[in-house]
Amino acid sequence: MKTLIVAAALSLAWASGFAANLRAEGTQRPAMMRVAAGEFESVLPVAPGKNRVRVASFEMDAVPVTNAQFAAFVAANPKWRRDRVSRLMADPQYLAHWQTPTTPVAAERNQPVIRVSWYAARAYCESREARLPTWYEWEWAAAANESKADARNDPRWTQQILAWYSQPAGALPDVGSRPANIHGVRDLHGVVWEWVEDYNGLMVAGDNRQQAEADDTRFCGPGALTMEQKEQYATLMRIAMLSSLKAEFTTATMGFRCVR
Amino acid sequence: MSNYKSFCLAIAVGLVLSGCGKESAQQPVASAHASGVLLDTGGSRKGDFGAPQGEPINAVLTNPPNVPPPTARNYPAKVIVELEVKELDLEISEGVKYTFWTFGGTVPGSFIRVRQGDTVEFHLKNHPSSKMPHNIDLHGVTGPGGGAASSFTAPGHQSQFTFKALNQGLYVYHCATAPVGMHVANGMYGLILVEPPEGLSKVDHEFYVMQGDFYTVGKYREKGYQAFDMQKAIDEHPTYVLFNGSESALTGPRALKTKTNESVRMFVGNGGPNLVSSFHVIGEIFDKVQYEGGTRYQENVQTTLIPAGGAATVEFHTEVPGTYVMVDHSIFRAFNKGALAMLEVSGDKRADIYSGKEQDEVYIGDKLESLASVATAQEARAKGTLTKAQQIEAGAALYKGTCSVCHQDNGAGLPNVFPPLAKSDFLTENPARAIEIVLNGLNGPVKVNGATYNSVMPPMSQLNDDEIANILTFVNNSWGNSGPAIDAAQVKTTRAGTKRAEGAAH
Repeated sequence: MKTLIVAAALSLAWASGFAANLRAEGTQRPAMMRVAAGEFESVLPVAPGKNRVRVASFEMDAVPVTNAQFAAFVAANPKWRRDRVSRLMADPQYLAHWQTPTTPVAAERNQPVIRVSWYAARAYCESREARLPTWYEWEWAAAANESKADARNDPRWTQQILAWYSQPAGALPDVGSRPANIHGVRDLHGVVWEWVEDYNGLMVAGDNRQQAEADDTRFCGPGALTMEQKEQYATLMRIAMLSSLKAEFTTATMGFRCVR
Repeated sequence: MSNYKSFCLAIAVGLVLSGCGKESAQQPVASAHASGVLLDTGGSRKGDFGAPQGEPINAVLTNPPNVPPPTARNYPAKVIVELEVKELDLEISEGVKYTFWTFGGTVPGSFIRVRQGDTVEFHLKNHPSSKMPHNIDLHGVTGPGGGAASSFTAPGHQSQFTFKALNQGLYVYHCATAPVGMHVANGMYGLILVEPPEGLSKVDHEFYVMQGDFYTVGKYREKGYQAFDMQKAIDEHPTYVLFNGSESALTGPRALKTKTNESVRMFVGNGGPNLVSSFHVIGEIFDKVQYEGGTRYQENVQTTLIPAGGAATVEFHTEVPGTYVMVDHSIFRAFNKGALAMLEVSGDKRADIYSGKEQDEVYIGDKLESLASVATAQEARAKGTLTKAQQIEAGAALYKGTCSVCHQDNGAGLPNVFPPLAKSDFLTENPARAIEIVLNGLNGPVKVNGATYNSVMPPMSQLNDDEIANILTFVNNSWGNSGPAIDAAQVKTTRAGTKRAEGAAH
C-alpha cells in the first residue's frame, strides 16, 4: 500500500515536472517527440484504389507552439510583428489578442498561440529548422490515444473529439493540459485547430455536397470517404475547417506545431 | 494529388448527402388545362423583372416567431441581407444547455423577406468566436449549391454573393458545410420568403415557426450541458423534436397570441435534419395551406406534411377563444420529445360555435347492460319490498362498472395481482369485512385461497350504501359463492364507524 502511494506521488511529481518542461519559454528548445512510422487508412485516399497511407517516422512538437515561444520568434524577426507584417501574409486579426505587438498577455504566455496565419506558422517553424506537418503526418499522429497508435475505432476517442467540436470556443488552457498519446504528443485534440503544410491541397469544395461528374467516380469509388463512420466525421470537420481558410487568414482557434 | 483529394472528398460527401442538393429543375406548378383555367405562373422563366431599381434596400431581418413586414413594393430592388453566424450556448429545455450554431443568434435563423425579381446581395458573417467554418444554401436561389460554395466562410471572416430571386415561394435555408447533418442538427436553418410580385393578402398576424430534431448524449430533459450525439443523429433517433429550438420557445408566457375573429398566417418550416413533420394545430382547421410555400393552395386541411428542408404557409381564422396547441402529429414527438407550441386566442366566448363542457357524467360503456335493475332495486328498497334476487341483479350491473376491471367479470381476479372473489376463502370467512374493504380500500398483503397478494385497492366510498350492499350481495352469490345478502343499513353503520373522510374516493 505504502509503495503504491509513493509510486503515485513520484509519478505525479514526474508528470508536473514534465508539464513544466513542455511549457519551456522563449529560446529554450521546445520538446519534440518521435512519432513512429506507420501505415493507416486516411480519410483522404492517396491515389485511385489506394487508401492506405504510409507515413515515415518524424519528430513532432510535444505541444502546440505557445504565445511565449512565438513572441521570441517575433522579437528575433520583427517583420512578423502584427504592426509590420505584410497584409498579404496575415489578415488584420493576426496576433490581435496580444497586449502589444511584441508581448502576449501575461496570463496567456503558455497558452497555444492563435490568430497566426499559415505564412507566419511556416516562418516560425523554419526559424527552428523545422517545418509544418503534412496532413497525413498530422492525421497519423492524431489518430493515437494513450495506448494505441490508431485509436480511431474507439468510441471514446471519437466522443472526446466531438465533445470539443460541440462547445463554443472558450478560454484556452495552457499547453500540455491533455494526456500524452502513445507518441508522447499532447493537445492534438480538444484545444485548437492546427495548420498543416499542405492544407491547401485538402480543399474540399465550399459546398461539400457537390455532385461530381460521372467520370470522377472511377477514381475514388473504393477509397471514398465512408461517412457512416463517425470518427471520420470528426476528422472531416478538421479538414472542412482547414478548407475554409486562405494562407493569410487567422482565427481565434487556429494554432500550429512543428515537425522535422 | 491535391486536386485528386479534393474532388474525392466532394464526391464522397455528395454521395452521402445527395438528398440535400438543391433541385435545380423548376417544375411547372400546373400546365395549362384545355379549359384554360389553370395557368402556371411561369416559375423562374417569368421571374426576372429586369435590373434592380431605386436605392438599395437593407432587408429587415426578424427573430422567430416574428416576420418582417411586407416589402410593399411594385418594382424589383437590390436588397442587402447581412446575416451573422454565431455559435451559442442556449437552453434547449428547462435546465438543459446545448451549443447551437445559429444564423443570427436564434434557432431557427432570422426570417428573410424579399420580392420575386429582387436582386439579393447576401453577406454571410462568421463571428470571430466561432470554432467552425459555415456557409448558407438558400433553397430560394437559382444557381449551383444555392450559394453554399460562394458563402463558405472561416471564423472571423465574411463572404458576399448575389442572386436574383426568380421563384416566388417560401424557402428553407441552411448551412451546408461538412458534416452538413451536424450543422443542421445544431440549428443552422431558417426561412426566406420570396413574395409574389403582387404581395400576399393582408392578414392580422404573421408568425414564423420552424421544427427541428435534436440529438443529445443525455436523455430527454437530462439536466446540465448536453453535447451533440452523432450516433443518435445517424440512427435518426432524436432526443428532442422542437418548434423554434427550445421546449419553451412558444409555450407559457411565450405562447403566440391573437384575438378572436382574426386572420392568422403561419410560415412553418422544417429544418430537420431527419424527421418529416405532420404539422397540426389542435382545435383549428387550416383554411388554406400552400404546400412547400407554393403558388396553389389547398383548403380545409387538418394536418399538413412538411418535409425536412421544406416549408408550408398555413392560414386560418380564429373564432373561439382558448389555447390552441401546435404539434407534430407524429404524436410521441409532441408529448415525449417537446414538439409542442401554443397559440392563445383571447376574446368573447362563442358558445354557438363551441359550447365548452356541457355535461360530465359517469359512463361505463358496454359493460353497462342496464342500469334499470339498479333503479328497480332502489325503488323496491324504498317500498320495503327489496328481494335478494333484485339485489343480485342490481349488484351485477354495478359490479361491471366498478369492480370487474380488476376482479374480472368472472370474479377470478388476476393471478398474483388482483385476488379472486369467486370461491374466495378470505371473503366467505368474514362477509362483514368485505364492507370495510369496499369503503376503505385494502393495502398490503392478504392471503386468498392459499396465495398471497400484496397490492392496493383504493377506497370505493363514492358508492352509496345501496350500491355497496347490492354489489356485495351479488359477489356473495355468484361464481359458486353462496353467502348472505348485505343490507344497506349494515353499510351505513360501517361507514359511520369509519375514520376516513367521505368523498375522497379515487
